[in-house]
Amino acid sequence: MTTQNAIEARNVVKAFGQGDTAVRALDDVSVEIRQGEFFTLLGPSGCGKTTLLRLIAGFEMPTDGVILLEGQDITYLPPNKRPVNTVFQSYALFPHLTVAQNISFGLEMLGKPRGEIKQTTERMLALVKLEEMASRKTSQLSGGQQQRVALARALAPQPKVLLLDEPLSALDLKLRQAMQIELKRLQTETGITFVFVTHDQEEALTMSDRIGVMSAGKLQQVGSAKDIYTRPVNRFVASFIGETNFLQAQAQGNKARLSSGDVVDLDAAATGAVTLTIRPEQIRLADPADADALPATVTNLVYFGTDTHVHLALADSTEVVVRQQSPSTGDSGVVMGQKVGLRFAPGAAQVVGD
Amino acid sequence: MAKPSFQVARLPGFSTVAMLAFLALYIPILTLVVYSFNSEISMGEWGGFSWKWYEKAWANEAVKDATLRSLNIAAFAAVISTALATMAALGTTRRRVFKGQTFIYVMINQPLMVPEIVTAVALMILFGLIKTVTGVHGLGYLILAHSAFCIPFAYLPIRARLEGMDLTLETAASDLYASPWATFRRVTLPLLMPGVIAGMMLAFVVSLDDVVITEFVKSAGQDTLPTYMLGQMRRQLTPEINAISTGLLFITVAMLTAFFLLTRKQD
Repeated sequence: MTTQNAIEARNVVKAFGQGDTAVRALDDVSVEIRQGEFFTLLGPSGCGKTTLLRLIAGFEMPTDGVILLEGQDITYLPPNKRPVNTVFQSYALFPHLTVAQNISFGLEMLGKPRGEIKQTTERMLALVKLEEMASRKTSQLSGGQQQRVALARALAPQPKVLLLDEPLSALDLKLRQAMQIELKRLQTETGITFVFVTHDQEEALTMSDRIGVMSAGKLQQVGSAKDIYTRPVNRFVASFIGETNFLQAQAQGNKARLSSGDVVDLDAAATGAVTLTIRPEQIRLADPADADALPATVTNLVYFGTDTHVHLALADSTEVVVRQQSPSTGDSGVVMGQKVGLRFAPGAAQVVGD
Repeated sequence: MAKPSFQVARLPGFSTVAMLAFLALYIPILTLVVYSFNSEISMGEWGGFSWKWYEKAWANEAVKDATLRSLNIAAFAAVISTALATMAALGTTRRRVFKGQTFIYVMINQPLMVPEIVTAVALMILFGLIKTVTGVHGLGYLILAHSAFCIPFAYLPIRARLEGMDLTLETAASDLYASPWATFRRVTLPLLMPGVIAGMMLAFVVSLDDVVITEFVKSAGQDTLPTYMLGQMRRQLTPEINAISTGLLFITVAMLTAFFLLTRKQD
């Protein structure tokens, strides 16, 4: 079975302003979002992720390029003609309507029969567990409850795609984590394609089937959480998702010579000057006498509770950070100034582009 | 003190000045109200409490006639100016900042800036011309004139309400399949309503007590309450005028209280 893409953006450009002062919020972005998947657009603020979402919703029109919904061109369709709904960052609940009226708004506008509206609204209230709040005004709800009303309102018309614009950013940590699980549950239960925008890498990693990492108006990499974390294509992706060490090296086949003079194994062949990325948890401390280990000196210890970050200097004082699980005693077993050896896990050192 | 701050309220004599200002504002009104209950005709002596002048004013056909005309004009003017002001407010706020925006604001609020007497003379000349050419007479001219100068009074509270409104709500409505008209009817207008009603009431009150423009524009036999009172003053000053003024004051205060309650921050 060939699955159609829920959303496809082809060479989308969005420029704001004109002439020399024009800013390209989106610079030739192409992406395919599959049916029924939880897709996250991840990137720092100003990277163009929200702009892409607004183009899919129809709130703005692209300067160039095409947007398809299930194969149909929707590039210039107004938002009220698109079977796509949005959960806004500010929720944008209608203050003059009750919770139930908010949820049924979209169905009413679609001209659904009364019975169906009532039934769907009740089902949605149950889905987000707000049955008791049906006749309340939205201003009487807590932030988390408002969030759930916004979700129910956007899900009620059964859109082909649900767009979520940083919907969790206004909630506190505990509630945010609960809502992450809730969102994933809703997505699985409804089977609707979710496109989620966030700058929070943890949020992206825990919920998404696939992630699109954006920076400076361009899509840098698309892949599963594991792909993106373990195989970042460039320096930006490697540093934006998780923490990492960057090392300058001269590559020759499957070996690379670091600036410190040490030689490490690469996961793939390369030549010339390269940048290597090595995740801090992929490095282990070893005996300095070990012949294969890179000699290093401990320069700092930072205790994070579950982990301890050991900062080290290689022979040419290049800094490397190693993450160790903290033992039950809390004592990392090394002291400042201690000479140690470093061992990289196989395939840990990867060449990344700039 | 962390930051020394200048406070007017701490200056010597502040309370005295404030008190004097309030006295200057309210003593005349208080005198008016008190003497409207004076049973003597002369302001010079107090003859005891009486509803006499209210009864007299109530029985006066000319007062009744002028009052009805005033209310009639004010009602029409309030509705017309509010409808126009709502459109103007939507046109000037629901869009990006545009070139000449300040100029448009000034144009809309022209009646607040041009001396009323100038508008009055201008309207008298223009309407006189139209009357001679078309031969059409009637209350329409007064309603038109009042509608025009009431626009800024209706416009300002509506615009304030619109500016405080979250634009995302309208975006959300369109996202939920509402056409532009449905968005306006189901989201913008209900949220705008307190501003619209406030604007309408302000326009009503302003129309109700206009003298200058009305005096110039009205034809014979088209006295409104304020112009009737002005006419009476030229003849004989009786406490009947006090009674009518107190009645007008009461209506205005009631309307402005309602205006305040409606524009006060809600939710």
